[in-house]
Amino acid sequence: MNFPLYLARRILSSIPLLLGVSILLYGVLHLAPGGPLDVYADNPSVSPEALKNLERELGLDQPVPVQYLRWLGALLRGEWGYSIRSGRPVGLDISERIGPTLILGGSAFTLALLVALPLGILSALRRYSALDYSFTFLSFLGISMPIFWLALMLQALFAVRLHLLPSAGLETIGDGSFLDRLRHLILPACILAVANIASWGRFVRSSMLDVLGLDYIRTARAKGLSERVVVYRHALRNALVPVITIIALDFAGILSGAVVTETIFAWPGMGRLFIEAMNGRDYPVLMALLMIGSLALIATNVLTDLVYSLVDPRIRYE
Amino acid sequence: MSQAVPTSPPKLRPNESFLGQALRRFRRHKLAQAGLVVLILLALMAIFAPALTPYTFDGQDPALLGQPTPPSLKHPMGTDQLGRDNATRILYGARVSLLVGLSSALVATLLGTLIGALSGFYGGWIDTALMRFTDMVLSIPVLPLVIALSGFLRPSLGLLVLIIGGLGWMSTARLVRSQFLSLRSREYVEASRALGGSNARIMFRHILPNALGPIVVSTTLAVGGAILLESALSFFGLGVQPPTPTWGNLLNGSSDWLETAPWLAAFPGLFILITVLSVNFLGDGLRDALDPRL
Repeated sequence: MNFPLYLARRILSSIPLLLGVSILLYGVLHLAPGGPLDVYADNPSVSPEALKNLERELGLDQPVPVQYLRWLGALLRGEWGYSIRSGRPVGLDISERIGPTLILGGSAFTLALLVALPLGILSALRRYSALDYSFTFLSFLGISMPIFWLALMLQALFAVRLHLLPSAGLETIGDGSFLDRLRHLILPACILAVANIASWGRFVRSSMLDVLGLDYIRTARAKGLSERVVVYRHALRNALVPVITIIALDFAGILSGAVVTETIFAWPGMGRLFIEAMNGRDYPVLMALLMIGSLALIATNVLTDLVYSLVDPRIRYE
Repeated sequence: MSQAVPTSPPKLRPNESFLGQALRRFRRHKLAQAGLVVLILLALMAIFAPALTPYTFDGQDPALLGQPTPPSLKHPMGTDQLGRDNATRILYGARVSLLVGLSSALVATLLGTLIGALSGFYGGWIDTALMRFTDMVLSIPVLPLVIALSGFLRPSLGLLVLIIGGLGWMSTARLVRSQFLSLRSREYVEASRALGGSNARIMFRHILPNALGPIVVSTTLAVGGAILLESALSFFGLGVQPPTPTWGNLLNGSSDWLETAPWLAAFPGLFILITVLSVNFLGDGLRDALDPRL
């Protein structure tokens, strides 16, 4: 079967997947007791009638399946609905927050890649060396690290103790120059990068080791190619294929990392929006964020398959 | 992925039982043994917490009220702003953190094993349905969902375990499914069937024990993940609620005192790190020992 057909089938089969995800998420969120109007429940200035009216206006008096169908219908027309807290279109709320998250995530991922790639390669090339052992130990440390705690400790050290870096926020109010923003970015980006450096580095290492043991590498060496060419032209290119998948999936899962890091550093991105929406039971915003997160994961899965087939002619799709 | 801590390639030794081999491989993995020792010590400390400290976890020293005090001989990890002994609270916190970590990993493993076993053993539409469902849950950003659910439900300990375990079974399910797929056509399965063994008997008496190695490894690693998740939730005030101390909610209470009493935040986090690190080393050693195909 040819590739465009395979791709079309993959895309088509993601539609029921997304539909299932949306039902699952909607059900789980809405069936939890309590609701967005709970904040008014104890407020004596809001009468029960007013509360009833509000409930009807927001459609919250309908059974959950009806609410879901309405939400889905709107979504199919390209409408994410309105935020219960701000009353603004959800799309607007999110579009304001997507930039900071992409800046934070983008710099964290670039940083992680710049560290993980050379470390993983070196570790594989000097297997069982002191460098390899220390890197392995450090990567275990990184994977086992409670990153919210690391964030606290670095805040305590660099912001509170040494006054070197700002402890939180996107920029200093009234400043906002490039340098000021960069200083605000350093701590959260490093924190977000730590776990990725550890897991990607380990993955690069083992993927390199797998490839370096293959016959064609021996052939390349037997031809008399320099070690440089063997490692970087022959081995690395193939070793990077599975690494790309992991990195792409991690990037698609950026919302997960952002929720923790952005909350600690008061970074006004999608992760913090998620926490704010959670505290206000802002279902439309929560659903939109979770669905965007799922869509990113599913799309990345399809995309990495595509990349695989482009870089690896051995892969045939049926 | 191949083994993370490098070990030299195993030499062939005939006439050795599986467990004997596993034990020998495990003994080569020094970090895993260190991890195991640390975990046993931590578990003992958690179990015997009342005997190890003269204080109770919510006992206040009125003389020390108002400000955290730094580590001293009487209070090796200091006291918090309410005059409670920090070391005692960490000791009692270990009980909840370890319990939640262990039971969540067990829930995830049981669910994943059941789903994976049914899927791999029966195949057909059962397999298709269960694996589509697994794909679905895998396509959800799990951490935000867990945070939202905990925020909505303000869960009790048991419910927290169900939430963490209930959203962490997917990789185990896939693992067990692939094991069952490769084991279900073995001769001993045929033999049991010929002898009239029921499906349940074949699944759980014959196939499952042979798939146990990888399952044990993934359960071990899941314990580390669950401890991290619980502590993150409690850190945000969404997990186990005070006054019950856990390592996560101790951190939550201490973040206001970063400037004047950073040790309050340092110690619980160190315990989380050391515990999860030990679990991960142990898991890596178990993988070398029990999963020799790598």
